[in-house]
Amino acid sequence: MSKQINIIESTAVPIEIENIDTDQIIPARFLKATSRDGFGKNLFRDWRFIQDDENKPKTEFVLNKPTYKGKILVAAKNFGCGSSREHAAWAIKDYGFDVVVSSFFADIFKNNALNNFLLPVTVSEEFLKEIFSTVKKNPSTRLIVKLQDQTIEWEGGKKEKFEINHYKKTCLINGYDDIDYLLSMRGEIESFEKDEVLF
Amino acid sequence: MSKTLFEKIWDKHVVKTIADGPSVLYIDKHFIHEVTSPQAFKGLEQRGLKVFRPKQVVATADHNVPTINQHLPIKEELSRIQVQTLKENCEKFGIELYGLGHPYQGIVHVIGPELGITQPGMTVVCGDSHTSTHGAFGTIAFGIGTSEVEMVLATQCLLQTKPKLMRINVEGKLNKAVVSKDIILYIISQISASGATGYAVEYAGSAIRSLSMEARMTICNMSIEMGARCGMIAPDEITFEYMKGRAFAPKGAKWDEAVAYWKNLQSDPGARFDHEINIDAADIEPMITYGTNPGMGIGVTGHVPNLSEIDEKEKPSFEKSLNYMGLEPGIDIKGKKVDYVFIGSCTNSRIEDLRMVANFVKGKQKASDVEVWIVPGSRQVEKQAREEGIDKILEDAGFMLRQPGCSACLGMNEDKIPAGKYCISTSNRNFEGRQGPNARTFLASPLTAAAAAITGKVADVRELI
Repeated sequence: MSKQINIIESTAVPIEIENIDTDQIIPARFLKATSRDGFGKNLFRDWRFIQDDENKPKTEFVLNKPTYKGKILVAAKNFGCGSSREHAAWAIKDYGFDVVVSSFFADIFKNNALNNFLLPVTVSEEFLKEIFSTVKKNPSTRLIVKLQDQTIEWEGGKKEKFEINHYKKTCLINGYDDIDYLLSMRGEIESFEKDEVLF
Repeated sequence: MSKTLFEKIWDKHVVKTIADGPSVLYIDKHFIHEVTSPQAFKGLEQRGLKVFRPKQVVATADHNVPTINQHLPIKEELSRIQVQTLKENCEKFGIELYGLGHPYQGIVHVIGPELGITQPGMTVVCGDSHTSTHGAFGTIAFGIGTSEVEMVLATQCLLQTKPKLMRINVEGKLNKAVVSKDIILYIISQISASGATGYAVEYAGSAIRSLSMEARMTICNMSIEMGARCGMIAPDEITFEYMKGRAFAPKGAKWDEAVAYWKNLQSDPGARFDHEINIDAADIEPMITYGTNPGMGIGVTGHVPNLSEIDEKEKPSFEKSLNYMGLEPGIDIKGKKVDYVFIGSCTNSRIEDLRMVANFVKGKQKASDVEVWIVPGSRQVEKQAREEGIDKILEDAGFMLRQPGCSACLGMNEDKIPAGKYCISTSNRNFEGRQGPNARTFLASPLTAAAAAITGKVADVRELI
């Protein structure tokens, strides 16, 4: 897993469907592993293959179209809703994406993505619509995401700023995990436990 | 200053707030299960860490387990390995496990409350989105990913951004045969599957106050289906009555002390919410979903929307959904043939749900062409159901009470709905493939599901009681 994100420039893969839930991203029957690896081959499994057969790709599904490739996945609003399975973020990252663009992300997915150095970029509805139409018109369009500047743009196209909190941005640029930060807090956590007798 | 219920609990658990960043939130109780924990334990081992507060962690096996012949080894190899891995990790790290065969085993969101582990004022997490269930006790309870499971195991804390606050008031008296599942399906149909994303939701109002704890859990359980970070209900006498005497509830003087504290856990008059929604209980009828997200719900006497009723922008997703479901726009949902009935899941598998079903089917017979799976939420629920003779009533009507687990809610075990078949289900998600590849799900209450089990069709339960 690449553990640093700053500038990502790539063509994009558009999935213009709303409310893509994590059961679609990775169906429950593939959650039986005890490691984090290898989920990419089952990404969008039931949208990619007929009757679960890897030899029978659904040709109309975007991941099976040779026209669309790249490190940036673009999806319609409410991406990643449903189950908290982090396997969804693992599958997207393992397949080769570094960025997911949508106008709206489900909360748990967003956290899971950030914890795996998969950058969720939230854009306005209008901007998202323009990305879809531009990429569909010209699949070789390269999107440029700059985390330091918090911008997303494409050559000769429009540019939009996106939000991310300062803490998370610093983590992603430098490759820091939340767990490292929390471990450095253990002393404070212990004093908190002493002061606040909770349960 | 007036505070909301959420703020009272949140403020008490913040260890530190990072400038322009999240807060370090202390977690009181952490539930784990076999599916979302193995990679977290592996992470701890790689870092050479122990579990920081093993006594605040409770484990059970639920997602993968079979619902018949639980005394035999699990047939499916990967499921068996996952359940075994949980056992080994719990032994290695000193965590209490209520695994297969243990009298406390069951669905994680059923056992926490029924054992009195979940208590008002707590922060509760689990690597499962339906952790919002525990909010029925006035807790901040939410689902987390596996990296976060590892963080809580390592430090008993999480980095969390404070969500916005929403209150949903349901006022008035519920109509005949309308139960809590109908309330939450109605709310989600009104505000959509993303209508509460970014919010912590408090449910309030006279209709909510009148509900039992089991019914409140059903409502909080599905908060995630409208995107909410968590759902919660202020504790009251009904809560205390439910909790008293439960295995891990405080006892003696500690109980009195706890109740005195819990009584403060409600939103103060004048507390500020970012968004407030008012619902008239009288507007709610028995509900059912027709599509592939829980927001696509209608009253059982309603019709699937016509294309003209759908926003232009939403048409592609709507058409994809109906195509998957094999339904035409504009049709009546009532009378639609069903093949399977699933009564169970962390939404509706508690004793009250089974009693409701038993009362309704008593003296009736299962339709011959319907397969029915009734799966209790826990060993405790199963035991109580047998003690009350519910299993006999179900058997007389042609049903069988199975053994506890998540079962056909997500089909990780053998309980899968075959491709193309229709299942009326008391679970929480009607996503494509949720109950098995190409399975088609109608979400409904235990009563509406039981009505379908008797008639073989989507029926208006009010006509049958």
